[in-house]
This record gives sequence, structure tokens and C-alpha cells, in this order.
Amino acid sequence: MSTSDPEHNRERDSESTFGDYGGQYVPEALMPALQELEDAYERYVLENEDGFMDEFRERMHDFGGRPTPLQRADRLSERYDREIYLKREDLVHGGAHKLNNALGQVLLAKYMGKERIIAETGAGQHGTATAMAAAHLDMPCEIYMGRTDVNRQRPNVYRMRMNGAEVNPVEAGSGTLKEAINETFRDWATTVETTHYVIGSVVGPHPFPKLVRDFQAVIGREAREQIREKAGRLPDSVVACAGGGSNTMGTFHEFVPDCADPRFANESSGRSPRDEDVDLYAVEAGGSSLEIDAEEGLAPNSATLSTGTDGVLHGAMTKLLQSEEGQIMESHSVSAGLDYAGVGPELSYLAETGRVTPVSVDDEAALNGFHRLSRLEGIIPALESSHALGYLEESHDELGDLVVVNVSGRGDKDLETVLEETEKRDLEAAPDVEVFDG
Amino acid sequence: MTDDSNAAPESDIETAIRENDPALITYITAGDPSLEDTKRYVEALDRGGSDLIELGLPFSEPVAEGATIQAAINRALDAGTTPEGFFELVDDLETEAPLLVMTYYNMILQYGSEPDVRPFVERAAEAGLSGIIVPDLPAEEADPLREACDDHGLDLVFIVAPTTEGERLETIMSQVSGFAYVQARLGTTGARADVSTATHESLERLSEYDVPKAVGFGVSEGDHAAEIVEAGADGVIVGSALIDIVAGSDDPAADLEAKAEELKRGAVRGAESLTVDAEDTPEPEQP
Repeated sequence: MSTSDPEHNRERDSESTFGDYGGQYVPEALMPALQELEDAYERYVLENEDGFMDEFRERMHDFGGRPTPLQRADRLSERYDREIYLKREDLVHGGAHKLNNALGQVLLAKYMGKERIIAETGAGQHGTATAMAAAHLDMPCEIYMGRTDVNRQRPNVYRMRMNGAEVNPVEAGSGTLKEAINETFRDWATTVETTHYVIGSVVGPHPFPKLVRDFQAVIGREAREQIREKAGRLPDSVVACAGGGSNTMGTFHEFVPDCADPRFANESSGRSPRDEDVDLYAVEAGGSSLEIDAEEGLAPNSATLSTGTDGVLHGAMTKLLQSEEGQIMESHSVSAGLDYAGVGPELSYLAETGRVTPVSVDDEAALNGFHRLSRLEGIIPALESSHALGYLEESHDELGDLVVVNVSGRGDKDLETVLEETEKRDLEAAPDVEVFDG
Repeated sequence: MTDDSNAAPESDIETAIRENDPALITYITAGDPSLEDTKRYVEALDRGGSDLIELGLPFSEPVAEGATIQAAINRALDAGTTPEGFFELVDDLETEAPLLVMTYYNMILQYGSEPDVRPFVERAAEAGLSGIIVPDLPAEEADPLREACDDHGLDLVFIVAPTTEGERLETIMSQVSGFAYVQARLGTTGARADVSTATHESLERLSEYDVPKAVGFGVSEGDHAAEIVEAGADGVIVGSALIDIVAGSDDPAADLEAKAEELKRGAVRGAESLTVDAEDTPEPEQP
């Protein structure tokens, strides 16, 4: 985020909505905290007051390991007969892009004089990043995590606890991210005067979607510079997986103005329309099917941008997986990190206006993507990122000659799930997993 | 709002509170455990002395509720409670106490074919509801719903939290209709063993506004009701303590009626002690 033109930044970022999406739909008790956060966002993040952004960047460099490489994937390039570059967010400290936001928010909470950090987590990656950031900055930290996710993401639960965070399993509903978010909102409503809620994605009430996006925008900013250096031009397409959408918006934000449409040039950066067109693909979790089971209130997918309808959840107007009557559905993905019935409001807006193309691949394609990258490139990707790699396999012909794929995190946390899910299937890209039994 | 010269005519809700001051406002979740049971329970609460009854229309993500009401909502959803079933229940109800619906914003938006608040408000008015409370709709986002409610003569009740102060308090109090729902403490709904000091502070902050004030979040006993009325409230709101009866009693209707009577007696006792105090002030020796 450029801080060179604070007046301009302030004007464009004080809006609480993106088109019709966004807003602040929260209990009254939280509204003063959101105002306080908005004020802190404008002062510290947009205007670099007290050198906040300088300290953030320095800590991301020294503690977080930034910048991450943009790596040419030689064998994928050969396989698809085009140039494929991987943005290696799996190399950020902790193993995922999540630290960019967690460290930013915990530091911001410190600048705001808050005494305690709470967060929700799905796959555990955001909880882990928050626990690490809180330990690094010496703040007490509690993490809410759905019971199902606690069970399927045990390594991350241990990591959080090792970093000194308390992990609270949430038993309600299907025990996934949605329930964890509800519970964290409840904690926050009780402790709002002293506690900061580190929301883990570009979701929730204003200013969270912008705040999180700005901390994550470093991904796309680096990638944009790096691809220019390495390939001499901008990519034809950028591909990122989308659950709530934080790595998606982080990767896309700097590329949004790279199109002829003046709406995005002006709104997103204040820069004039650019010559180069970059297509943006948000790859969602197609789960086992894109069809909705209306009777059971189940979506066997998490493809909110592709199949959702407009509504209000967790503080924002956005696209949701919901019944006709407005009840939020249980979503599904083989990847706990994508398993959410909502999505960031800015992504809803960018998809609605056609700037971002929402696409999806199913669980099986994601698992194949996981194995393929591991085999061909020696990188074990997170199951989230594996969706982007699954899409690359299925649709590379549509992506142009030069493609950047964001590898949002590493897959160590997913090994148990991958082994279990691979055993159930006959996957073309998988090794023989039965070997692991003996 | 202290200047009454331009005040709108009193609504059913405002009248119900002012005429019954101190008023008892009761809440139960519609459809817990079934809509037929809810009908009997609402009638019992009405007989027991409720001056206003809130009916919860269940939403799957009730972020402002504690464990008790969340469980009630889950039971109601498991029983297949729908917005249309809810409205049919209200169509059937004949109570002395006016009825309000308490639900989350998404439920209001989704009623009808496109996301829009109007079909819900029209149906609510047709069913005979007198007002709406939406725990996740702060005043800043409420324009569309407020306009629709105004057009159909419904009150839109706003919550005042312990954290609501200064300009926000002004804004909310200028938009309040029916009554101000004073949140007794930070956090979510749920029966508590005591009355929070935040209640006293909130009522103190609101004392200059000539709007009925009712206190909820954590009220469960007649003694709480008395203390809250003594602190200056015009009404007390009780929910989770009633849900506990719905979930755990052998004869919920009878026990709900008895609980309402206890709470109402408590509120009246609080008002009487205020009167005694007031009489005492000039002549302390008079009984």
C-alpha cells in the first residue's frame, strides 16, 4: 500500500462498501470498536503514523521472511507449454500467507493499546499465524476453532499451543470455520474494550476487508514487480484459490487496475487505465458437487462466488451459500481452509462486475493438484493452493502464455487429510499411498 | 428527543410500555420445540402479565445470542421452522400484549424473491406484528428497514449497548421508535445471577431522553426486575430464563405463566419502592 498520497488513500478507503457489498452488520456493542479500528487503520496503515507501516515491513522482512520468491516452475511450464510462475507464499514464516495479515493486525492492536488478541481459524493456518505473531509481539492470545477442524488439523493445534495460545474448540453446528467465527464474535462482544479480534480473511464488517487486503497486498505487489523483472511484462493471468479470499485479494489487488476498464483503475489505485490486460481467476472449492442439497440445507462445496446469492453474514453484505429463506448452509471442501459459506465482499464486487472470474475445481482435482506439484516441482502445497493448481491443469489453455499461480501455503498440515482422501480414490497424480501403511 | 412538540403519535409498543410502566417484555424463540407449542407458550406469557412479547424468528448464525437462545434456535430450525410458518403463527395469535419479531438482518432481506426488506415488513404488518428488533443491524445500516417500517406503521427498536456513548448515542436515540432496548452488559444474551453495574450507568446516560427504556441481557428473576426498575427502567426484558423453562419444565405453559407473574411482581415492587423513596424524600419520617 502506497503511503505517498495519504489524502487520496483516505478518500478512497473511507467507504465501507464495494458497490453493494460490505458494510457493518454487527451488534451495536461492537460498533464503537469498529470505529476505533477504522480510525487506527486510516492513521497507522494508510498514513504510516508513528512509522507503523515501516515497523510492519521490517518485521515482515526479519521475522516473516519476506519478500518471497516468484519461481519459474520448469516442469509445469513444460507440461502446459507456457510460462508458469509460482508465487511462493508457502515460504513465509509459518508456512502460509496468513502471517502477513496476522502480524499486521497484532501489531496494529498493540499500537491501539489493546491488551488481548482473539482469532478464529479454519484450517488452523490463520490461528497458527496469529499465535506466532502474538508470541512475537508478547500479547496474550486465544483461538477459536471448530471441533471438526481441531480433529482434522491437529498439527496446527499443537503449533498454536506451542506458541502460547489457548485453543478453544467450538462444538456448535458442523464445527468448522463458520461456527468458529460466530464464537469469536461472541467473545469480542463481551471483551471489546480490551480485546482485538484478528479476523483471518477479507471478510467481516468494514474496515476488516480493506485492512486485511492491505496487509496481504504485499503478495501481488511483489509478484507484479518480480514478473516484470523475470519475464519483462505482466502476466496474461493470475490464479489464486478463494475461500474467504485473503490470499486471493492479496494476490489480485495490485493487478486489479491492469485492465482497460476505468472503474477499476480509479477505484483501486488512482492510477490511470493500464495498457496491459491481466485476467484474474479465483478458484473456489467445488467439493464433491456444485449442486445444492436444499432439503438438507447442505452445499457439498464452498464455491460461494460461483453459486452463492447476496445476503448478510458475519458483518457484511456479500455472496453466501444460503437457503431461499436465508439460513446459512453448511459448506464442504476437502480443504478446511476453504470450507466457508461466505466470501469477502470486495471479491463479490469484483466477480459481479466481471473483473475477477470465479471458477472452481472439485476435491479430486485439488488432490491431484497437490500430488502433481509435489512430484513435479518438489513443493508440497496446501490443499487450498492445490485448487489453483487443479484449475491450471484443467484450463491452462485459457490462461494465456504467461501465468502466475499463488501457492498460498505449504501442505504439511494437510498430510493426514491427503493420505486419507487419496486412499479413497484412484488419483492419476498420486503415489501409491498404501505404501505408507507398511 | 427531549422536545416532544414534533413527536409522532405513540405506537402500540410505546403505549403498552408507558401505560403498564413498569412493563414486562418477554422473549421466546418461535418453533422451539414446535410452532404449536410456541402458540401455547405465548398465550401463557400473555396471561402471566407480559406487556409486550418478542418472538424470535430463528436464524442459523445468531452471533448476538448466548448458548441458551442459540440452542433454542437450533431446536426450532431442526423442527423445520420457516419464516412463513412463523407468520402463520402470528396470524393465529390473539394476545393482549403487542408482538414484536426479533431476528437477524439476513432473514429479513431474504423474505421474497430478491434481497429486499420490504416484503418481510409488509408481511409482518399484515400478520399484526407491532415492531421489529434486529440485533445485527446498527443504526448506520438501518435506513432501508426504517423507511419500510415507517410506511407500514411498525416500530424499529434499537439496542443501546454499554459501549454506546456520545454521538452514537445521540444518533440512535434520534432514531428509536417504540422503546430503547438497553443492553444490561457487554456480551451475549443469557440468564445471569446478578444485575450488572453497566445497567445503572446506561440508564443514567439515557435519563435525559424521553423514550421508554427497557433493560435486557441477563435478567432472570423478580429481584433483578425490581432492581432494574429502581434504577430507572420503564421495562424489563427476559428471554433466556424463559427458554430454560421451555427446554426443561414438565409443564412449560404453566411455569412460563408463573415466571411471568413473578417477574411482573418484581418490576412492580421496584416501582413501588421508587414511589416510597420519592414520598420519603421530603418527609423522611413518613412510612
